[in-house]
Amino acid sequence: MTQPEIGAFSRRDLDLHPKPLTPEYKSSVLRSPQMARISFDNSLSEIAGPMFGHALLGPLDNDLIVNYAQAGSSAIGERIIVHGRLLDEAGRPVRGALLEVWQANAGGRYRHKNDGYLAQLDANFGGCGRTITDHDGQYSLRTVKPGPYPWPNGGNDWRPAHIHFSVFGDGFAQRLITQMYFEGDPHIALCPIVQTINDPAAIDQLTAKLDMKRTIVMDARAYQFDIVLRGRRSTLFENRLEGN
Amino acid sequence: MNYLKESASQTAGPYVHIGCVPTFAGLEGMYAQDLGQVMVGDGAQGTRITVEGRVYDGAGMVVKDAMLEIWQADHTGLFNSPSEIRGTADCDFRGWGRQPTDGETGLYRFNTIKPGAVPWPDGRMQAPHISVWLVSRGINLGLHTRIYFADEADANAADPLLAQIVHKSRIATLIAQRSGNTYTFDIHLQGTHETIFFDI
Repeated sequence: MTQPEIGAFSRRDLDLHPKPLTPEYKSSVLRSPQMARISFDNSLSEIAGPMFGHALLGPLDNDLIVNYAQAGSSAIGERIIVHGRLLDEAGRPVRGALLEVWQANAGGRYRHKNDGYLAQLDANFGGCGRTITDHDGQYSLRTVKPGPYPWPNGGNDWRPAHIHFSVFGDGFAQRLITQMYFEGDPHIALCPIVQTINDPAAIDQLTAKLDMKRTIVMDARAYQFDIVLRGRRSTLFENRLEGN
Repeated sequence: MNYLKESASQTAGPYVHIGCVPTFAGLEGMYAQDLGQVMVGDGAQGTRITVEGRVYDGAGMVVKDAMLEIWQADHTGLFNSPSEIRGTADCDFRGWGRQPTDGETGLYRFNTIKPGAVPWPDGRMQAPHISVWLVSRGINLGLHTRIYFADEADANAADPLLAQIVHKSRIATLIAQRSGNTYTFDIHLQGTHETIFFDI
């Protein structure tokens, strides 16, 4: 840490996010609060947040191809690198932030007792990983591309291929869970969960782009996925004074 | 200056446990221990308490696939965070915890420390509280709420945030009830007793 982050966060733009009640995604109907959220100015309870040091990480935590595999084996599927930067709304890197990911295997099956999809489990794939952003906010993961899968919602709904991301910033108010999609997937436009987001630009921001420059030749393709967390109001104000 | 837009939230879905509490999800050996399970070290100062409860949906059913995270000050009101510049928090107290609701009973349980008071932006002291963040399938954007303590009636009555709440009858949804050193805090996503959620 170069200097402590002690500013309050700018208000969350709730129009970017899905509304609580999105009936096309049926699970939201009985789980969406109906009364208005109550707003208040950040105190230190919201401004501060937990940090996780690199000592937390095992050497394979960011490599889902091998982190659950038997020695000498690896997960089945399209080998990919997922990389990008974690930034705040002012474009500043969010450093030392924990990212946790989970996903289905290449056939679209999760290693979870509640997932009974026909696709087989892969004995060498757990579908869980994590990493911490570096000084520039950069992160990188290696995995296999998850498969699309059907889910009980509208009778014939299929999730696009996606990777779940749990993201910490440096303040508790920044806490975010989202999903990463893959450029060109026709299921993005058809998915009731993706379409809980009304803003096409916000959906595009969750769509990773093929990045041939980071491809490892004869090994793995790469996708770029940048994530933006809320910024601190004081920082935004200072930058605005300079910029304008 | 062009500002970036925050990435949109998407539901944590039914399998959040794989990524956040993999041992609980059955992926033994993925990590040495699920993150956030132990908040209180052996040398931690303050009163050890348990906070537990259930999450209910709009039909009164217990939500068995949710995950909660809590964040709080230590017993003196200091946070174990780089943003804490007023002093140094108890190094044996993490201040942050994560627990799933049980897949059978729906119960969540945190073993923690009774927090000290933390100031409001204008310098007045807030009543002791724990910040809560709740995610699950069907929740599109993580829900923020707070746990206050029933045995802090005077502090609660003077709390600057609780004072802002217009519908006074709803304040009860933020108060954990005490029995010994265990506090019960149920969360209602909808209905007459819908918990107060915050836009922070």
